Order: sequence, then structure tokens, then C-alpha cells
Amino acid sequence: MELSGDKIVTQFLKDEGVEYVFGYPGGAVLHIYDALFKQDAVKHILVRHEQGATHAADGYARSTGKPGVVLVTSGPGATNAVTGIATAYLDSIPLVVLTGQVTSAFIGSDAFQEVDSVGITRPCVKHNFLVKDVKDLAETLKKAFHVATTGRPGPVVVDIPKDVTDPNIKIPYEYPANIKLRSYNPVVEVQSSQVDQAVDALLSAKRPMIYSGGGSVLSNASQELRAFTRQLGYPITQTLMGLGAFPDPDPLNVGMLGMHGTYEANMAMHECDVLFAVGARFDDRVTGDVKQFCPNAKIIHVDIDPSSVSKNVQVDIPLLGDVKQVLSELSKAITASKRKPDEKALKNWWDQIKDWTSKDCLRYDRNSALIKPQFVVEKLYEVTGGDAFVTSDVGQHQMFAAQFYKFNEPRRWINSGGLGTMGFGLPAAIGTQLGNPNDTVACITGEASIQMCLQELSTALQYSTPIKVVNLNNRYMGMVRQWQEFFYESRYSHSYIDALPDFMKLAEAYGHVGMRIEKPEDVEGALKEAFAMKDRLVFMDFITDQKENVYPMIAAGKGHHEMHERELA
Amino acid sequence: MQHIISLLMENESGALSRVAGLFSARGYNIESLTVAPTEDETLSRMTIVTSGSNEIIEQINKQLNKLVDVVKLVDITANGEHIERELMLIKVQADTSEKREEVKRQADIFHGQILDVTDTTYIIELTGEGSKLDAFIKAMDATDILETVRSGSTGITRGESSLRV
Repeated sequence: MELSGDKIVTQFLKDEGVEYVFGYPGGAVLHIYDALFKQDAVKHILVRHEQGATHAADGYARSTGKPGVVLVTSGPGATNAVTGIATAYLDSIPLVVLTGQVTSAFIGSDAFQEVDSVGITRPCVKHNFLVKDVKDLAETLKKAFHVATTGRPGPVVVDIPKDVTDPNIKIPYEYPANIKLRSYNPVVEVQSSQVDQAVDALLSAKRPMIYSGGGSVLSNASQELRAFTRQLGYPITQTLMGLGAFPDPDPLNVGMLGMHGTYEANMAMHECDVLFAVGARFDDRVTGDVKQFCPNAKIIHVDIDPSSVSKNVQVDIPLLGDVKQVLSELSKAITASKRKPDEKALKNWWDQIKDWTSKDCLRYDRNSALIKPQFVVEKLYEVTGGDAFVTSDVGQHQMFAAQFYKFNEPRRWINSGGLGTMGFGLPAAIGTQLGNPNDTVACITGEASIQMCLQELSTALQYSTPIKVVNLNNRYMGMVRQWQEFFYESRYSHSYIDALPDFMKLAEAYGHVGMRIEKPEDVEGALKEAFAMKDRLVFMDFITDQKENVYPMIAAGKGHHEMHERELA
Repeated sequence: MQHIISLLMENESGALSRVAGLFSARGYNIESLTVAPTEDETLSRMTIVTSGSNEIIEQINKQLNKLVDVVKLVDITANGEHIERELMLIKVQADTSEKREEVKRQADIFHGQILDVTDTTYIIELTGEGSKLDAFIKAMDATDILETVRSGSTGITRGESSLRV
């Protein structure tokens, strides 16, 4: 078939099985938008700002496991998308971002809406391409999807000059089903000698600990992780990015670790003698002071990306490969070894952990006359049956969501863990809802974060995504305020937002349902009422305790055993 | 410790900026970097001289390998015997007969070639390991050096082992 570049883009996306493109038109992509107009296989979601497009595509990708696709114009279209691209990069989310570029002949001339998109995005993409000839277009698009979705996933940008999509230049098109990149071979075979060493270390452990991260989610290794953990009966902690791969309510789960992790998880990390890290990257919010990190542990690390191994913390036994495959091989090897974990040592270890757990580190004042944010998340969990997709923005509400919504399944918890991007939650919820039309989607946010991509309320109306926005409104940038209270002698420098909008009226102005909830006794009823409105976006503005803090907390640069805990009267 | 990393990359625009960007973004040292096409015109060969602890060098190798355009990479300092060569052109003041004799004598000792002669200057070409070029510069009277230009090091492993696709 003979096609012009504009139609090659749309035909390729159809052939690639792309369901949604999140985008915003502009001069350099008008040929492509014209081609989109003439077909109906690929649905376009018109956002209100390009950052929203990338976050929506990202939410779609995280919740479905399929790559998210973005289409934006050159110049400001591309630069507005950068925050979302970097967000996906830090969390290893597969995105393909098509950016329009000025006509080839104008590149480098400071043309209207020209920016060096390849140069600007280079440090925050897995790879990027500039298409110089329409003959390379289909193959480059295929390469982009291949690179984005294989190995350690990540965003890929394809910059397309306007002349490459000229509707008057037709060339033969065939879907490039198989492409090969000689310089890119992300699949690694698991080394059997390493497997044996790991099994020996695991079964010799007296105080073992499993530390699972986002890689277990990305690799769809939830079943294997459950089988492996239960086979050994070892305690497991999950990172902010890993929540749900192992079910939170399971007795083997000791909760999240790290800066706002549970006391038991962090203490068990500090005291363990064998650490099994899987699909996790030893981020500073997880490790605290690396010099004091797991001081007595032999460390086994499963990861698909060799550069993650021994990057922040020296590893004793690296196991390179896909998490799903490595875990399944380890399970087999453990069975084949006919060895069992040291039952007596394990019992002592669990007794110790239960002792730590008995501190009830997540306790908060349940008799408060003010709405506690934790209480709202707990009630949200109950009202949704623990079954919702939950997106969040960044800050205290994100931590409360991670601590109090007990995720049973992977891909249900959608948040910007690595980059920490405020404004992520609402557009991510739109993408999540589109990818999971029959499921419940809640966006836990705060009055500061929500205003960073608030305009996407309009997108949510246009595409009828019945998201439930849970706005934990404490009139402060809560996490900034908390740090200022702890580390800056309560000098609340510019963390108080005066002149907030009336969110209830604002939601109504955007065509949605708004609610304001001011008393603890109204929380449950409001949530039930909101979630009963199946086909409406409901914006619930919870007026919460202004001074609530997230506990426990490890201050930056401290060790796992140096947690701040809540003092309760 | 100083390491020489040789790599083959797809000969595409922007390839150099990916490597340079990686070093600046992650705060690694670049002492020198050279790049040129190979006999296979689809490939460029790059030689990077860098330094750091073993952990940092390991990360540099891994991060370079992770770049999608990098086809193959070898740390030739870590991989047995190798040959290192750098080219230097150095222009020196040679305006008295004593100076002309002294510069010529030093150039001979270092197996340098005098490429250009004027009434007042010599240009000497010198190849060798970086340390030899350093030694030559030291041997010159600093006030006589008008200009130096060094290519940066390139290197190759000895024997059968080769960096090729």
C-alpha cells in the first residue's frame, strides 16, 4: 500500500494495536491530525495541556501494562511534555511520545515554534529519534515501541519534521512487524551459577528479608513473587513503586519501607542478614544513609538493568534478568534443592518482627474533631472494597494513600514515585479510567497538587471519565510544611496557599459534581454517595487537619533504625 | 585510576551528544574523548579516557552500554595488554641558534618530527602515550611554548581480541 507520512503514522498506530493517543494539535502536527480525522481505529484524547497528555498516557500505561502514546506539536508542545516524559523515565514507564518538528529545511534557523526536542529530552528518555526521511518513518516508529516496551521500559521520543508527514509524498508502506537493533539486546539469560549462589544464601539465612520494587510490577511478576515469598515464608516489604505486587493484607507483608515506611519494615531491613532485593533500585528515599543500609546483610539483587546493580549499594549476588523469569527459576531451584529454611531461626525472626509491629507505627488520633487524612483513605479503602485503581499526586496525601490503602493487586497504585511530580494524579486518573473503563478510579490529591493540572477536569468531562477525586485539603503544601516544622523551626515559608478556590464550585463550573466535607462523621457517607454516582466525576473536597504529619519518618541521610515516631497523648 | 574505554556506536547524528551528555549528567570525568568513523561506515569508534574509583568505572561502563546507540564497548585498560597512542602538535619559539639546537635535540630524543620551520618557530609532531607527551612538554621551556594541540588518546588491545561487530 502507498501512503503519505501523515497516514503512515495513523496506519502504523492502528497496526501496532494502539487504542488511544493523548495529544494536543499544533502547526507541526497538523498533517497527522488531518490523518487522525479521516480514520476511527485510533482514538484521540484531547487534553488541555501537553503535560496532561503525558501523564494520562502514563496512567494508561501503568494501569494496563501497554505503552502510552502521546502526540504533541513542536516547540512549546514538546517542552510542556517534558515533565511527563521525565516522570515516566524515573519510574521506567513505557511511553512513545511523537513530537512535531518544524520542516526539515528550517531546522536550526530558530523558526517559529522550533526547539531542539531531541536535545531537550535526551537526558530523560530511554532513547529518542529524529526522523529525517519519510522512508524511515514506519521503521523508526516500530523501533520506538520496541525500545520503550522491552528490557527496562521507558519513554521514547520520536521527533517528526512537518515535511516528513507531507500528505503529497506517498511511499510504499508495510507494517514492520520485526525489526532488529544490533546495538540493543535487552534480554539477558539468567546465569545458573548465580541462581545456585542465591538459593544457598536464601536458605542459609537466619534473618531474611525480601525487598520488592516497581520492577516486580513492570515485569508482571506478581504471581511469581507471591509463590516465591510464600514458598519461603519470609517477610516481605515493598517500595512505594512496588505496592500491590504482593498483597498488602497478607501476614507475610510487613508494609512499605523507606522514609515513610513502617517501623517493622525498616527495622527488619536494618537487622536482616540476607536481603533479597527484586526489581528495586536502592533509591535514596528507600535506603536512607547508604553507609548504614542493611549493615549485616548479604545482598542478592534481581534486576533487568545491569546499571542498577551496585549503583548505590554494593551487591553480593547479582541476578540479571527479567524479574518474572528469575523468580520462577529461583522457586524451581529452591524446590529442587530439597532444602528448607531454618525454621527455628525464622520463628525467632518473626517473633522479633511481631514485636516491632506491635508498636502500631501508623497509629493516629482517631478521636479528633478534625478530619484526619488517614481516616479518609481508610474509609476510601472500605467504600471501594480495596478494589479501586488509585492515582495520587505528590506529598503527604501520597504517603497516606500508600500507607492506608491496602493494595491487593499490582498496577492499581498509580503514582509518581521517582520524579515526584505534582499534577500527575488527575491526568493519570483519566488515562487509567480510559484503559479500565469498567473499574473504579480514585485520585487522592491535595489542594496544592491538584491545581497543577486542574485544567484536565475539562478533559475528564469531554471523555466522560467518572473519576472520584479525593482532595485532602489542609490549606498547606503538607509535606513542605512538615519539613519546615521538623527542620526549619516551623518557619512556614510560602507553604501556605492563601486564596484557594472554592473547589466545590470549581468542580461544578467544569460540569462535575462537587462536595465539601468538613466533619469526620460525614466522611463515610460522602464517599458512599460519591461512588454511587457511577457515571459522574465527583470532586470531594475534604477539609482536613492542617497540622497532621506523616509518620514514621526517617530524616534524609539517616539510617533505617533512626525513625521519628508519632507521640500520642 | 585512569581508564581507556573504547566503544563502537551507530554512526548517527547526536551519538556524540548522548555520550557527552551522560558524562555531564552523572558527574563523571572525561579527560579526553575522540571519535571518528571506522572501516565500516555505519559505525563510529570512540575512545574515552576517564578516571574514578572501581565502582564509578563500573557504572560508567554499564551506563555507556545502556545507551541504545552503543553497539559494543570494552575497557581496554581493564582487559589485558593494550597500546595507547596520542598525537601532539606543538609550536615553540625557536628564535636563537641555541634554542633551535635544543629543541631539535629534544625532538630527536622523543622521536618527534619537525613539521614546520620559520625564522622564529618550530612545529613538532609527537606521538605516544599521554605520559610521553606530558614529558616532552615538561622538557620544553614553558615560556617557549606558543601552542599545543593534542588529539586525545586512542587505544587498541594487543593480540587477537578485537573490538568489532
